[in-house]
Amino acid sequence: MRIIALLKDIVDLDELRFDPSTRKPITEGVKHVISELDKRALETAIRLKEKHGGEVLALSLGGPETKTVMLEALAMGADAAYIVYDESLRGLDAHGTSRVLAAAIDKIGDYGLILCGEMSLDSLSAQVGPRVAELLGLPMISYARELELVDDKRLRAVRDLEDVDEVVEVELPAVVSVVREINEPRIPTLMSIMRAKRKPTTIWDASAIGVDPDALKAERAVEILNVEAPMVERKKKIIEGETVEEKVERLVEALIDEGVLGV
Amino acid sequence: MSVLIYSEEPNLRLELLGKGRELADTMDSKLAALQIGDGNPEELIKYGADLVYVAEHPLLGEWSLEPYRSVLLKAVEEASPSVILIGATKRGKELAASLAASLGVGLLTECLSLKLEDGKLIAERLTYGGSAIARVASLKKPHIATVPQRVFKRPEPAERRGEVLKLEVEPEKPKAEVVERREKVREEVGLEEAEVIVAAGRGFKKKEDLKLLEELAEVLGAKIGGTRPIAADYGWMKEWIGISGHKVRPKLYIAVGISGTVHHAAGIRDCGIIVAINRDENANIFNLADYGIVGDLYEVLPALTKALRERLKK
Repeated sequence: MRIIALLKDIVDLDELRFDPSTRKPITEGVKHVISELDKRALETAIRLKEKHGGEVLALSLGGPETKTVMLEALAMGADAAYIVYDESLRGLDAHGTSRVLAAAIDKIGDYGLILCGEMSLDSLSAQVGPRVAELLGLPMISYARELELVDDKRLRAVRDLEDVDEVVEVELPAVVSVVREINEPRIPTLMSIMRAKRKPTTIWDASAIGVDPDALKAERAVEILNVEAPMVERKKKIIEGETVEEKVERLVEALIDEGVLGV
Repeated sequence: MSVLIYSEEPNLRLELLGKGRELADTMDSKLAALQIGDGNPEELIKYGADLVYVAEHPLLGEWSLEPYRSVLLKAVEEASPSVILIGATKRGKELAASLAASLGVGLLTECLSLKLEDGKLIAERLTYGGSAIARVASLKKPHIATVPQRVFKRPEPAERRGEVLKLEVEPEKPKAEVVERREKVREEVGLEEAEVIVAAGRGFKKKEDLKLLEELAEVLGAKIGGTRPIAADYGWMKEWIGISGHKVRPKLYIAVGISGTVHHAAGIRDCGIIVAINRDENANIFNLADYGIVGDLYEVLPALTKALRERLKK
């Protein structure tokens, strides 16, 4: 079976900084990575392949950095990478992004399962899975914490909801989004990283997948007006002292004054 | 033109009525609520609805995406809303995204504020994993937004008049079959509920050294937490605090050997008092803290534990 993992290329949030005066994020020069939950979707796909055979394709709508980012997916075990990269498709909203991904999935064709994270860790919007499912007319299984194939036509998943764990079965093909708890993604070995460089990566522009960037722009429904870090209102007092004991003593005094020690 | 609200969560439903009423009033339009299955439509009217659409059908007994979406689509057809508010539960988020795709429109998820401006719906929502706030605009009608619990106040109920309408609909059949539903077991007090948390970062050289933190935690009656690297990369803990982990809000948070990345900052923003202990005086954690001690944690921690033990015994 062919499994397609949808991977989002995002800036490494561990390395993201904010300009102290404007509070705007500084994304320039920050390393790009696969969004963590999407990586777990890929890990799920690879484990299914290891158990049942088939192939795993990694698909991303990205930018100039995405080719490097997808190397990790290939090193983890994806058989091939597909990247949609076209400057005229940059900065689309979730509606546009899902339209592009659905078109690329159609172009790849012959899939049994499409996997993604329940949301990307940068925009946290949790829309792409259900939207892609709707556009392709497929069943959507969100928040999978466990997933197994009953046979090559049927999938069983445990959906992690607030109040219940819901065990569901569905006919394939289907779209499944996964939660963090589903697995721990493997760390590629040096050997697999070497091998990844020889695996095929296909880069498509808008016309290759038959989408019209102008039409997508005309359909644009959401605009980001402004992004900034919230004001941090902290005292930022560095406790001075000659010795460690002195500093610690002053800290304890301060905490008692704050009323947080219960004395 | 109207505002339409839906949530399967009873409290969130009332909170949506409050915000929905406000938005409807600014447009001088009606507020409609959708009720699927059991419930009291009169209560929704008391909390602000002008119209309640009630949908009942054997296929709507348990929640499932396709039947619920088809009912919501029908309600949208009837009410032709310019704004649709949906409760941001897990089910609600899935439903909203699927509905937005069906209608071919935008969606603002997990909104923390909402207002109408020049025909656009403007919202604030978290982005960059919770470390930043984005102001976003929905440009096209119907505007759809999801709202988490406890963001908007529940309105005061009042004696009001409204209309209850039966929604005639043949729901779509669910595509997935529910085999079993297992009730979740509530775990013991987790990091989210802890009053005091002491947390470790990469300043700790090896796992055994966490003993120093455990001693401090014992004196304070604190829960122990950590950053993503020491949990996910080093495997010293199962869970971590930060963008991709727990968001905590204790009265007192002591960050030990933590540099203060954006990732971690997003998880501790709502803490009461934050104390930072770090060797590097330029570490960002000092910008996020109320009190800081610049020093080697291997010296500061034992001294702090000792001082607190003496003080708290009194």
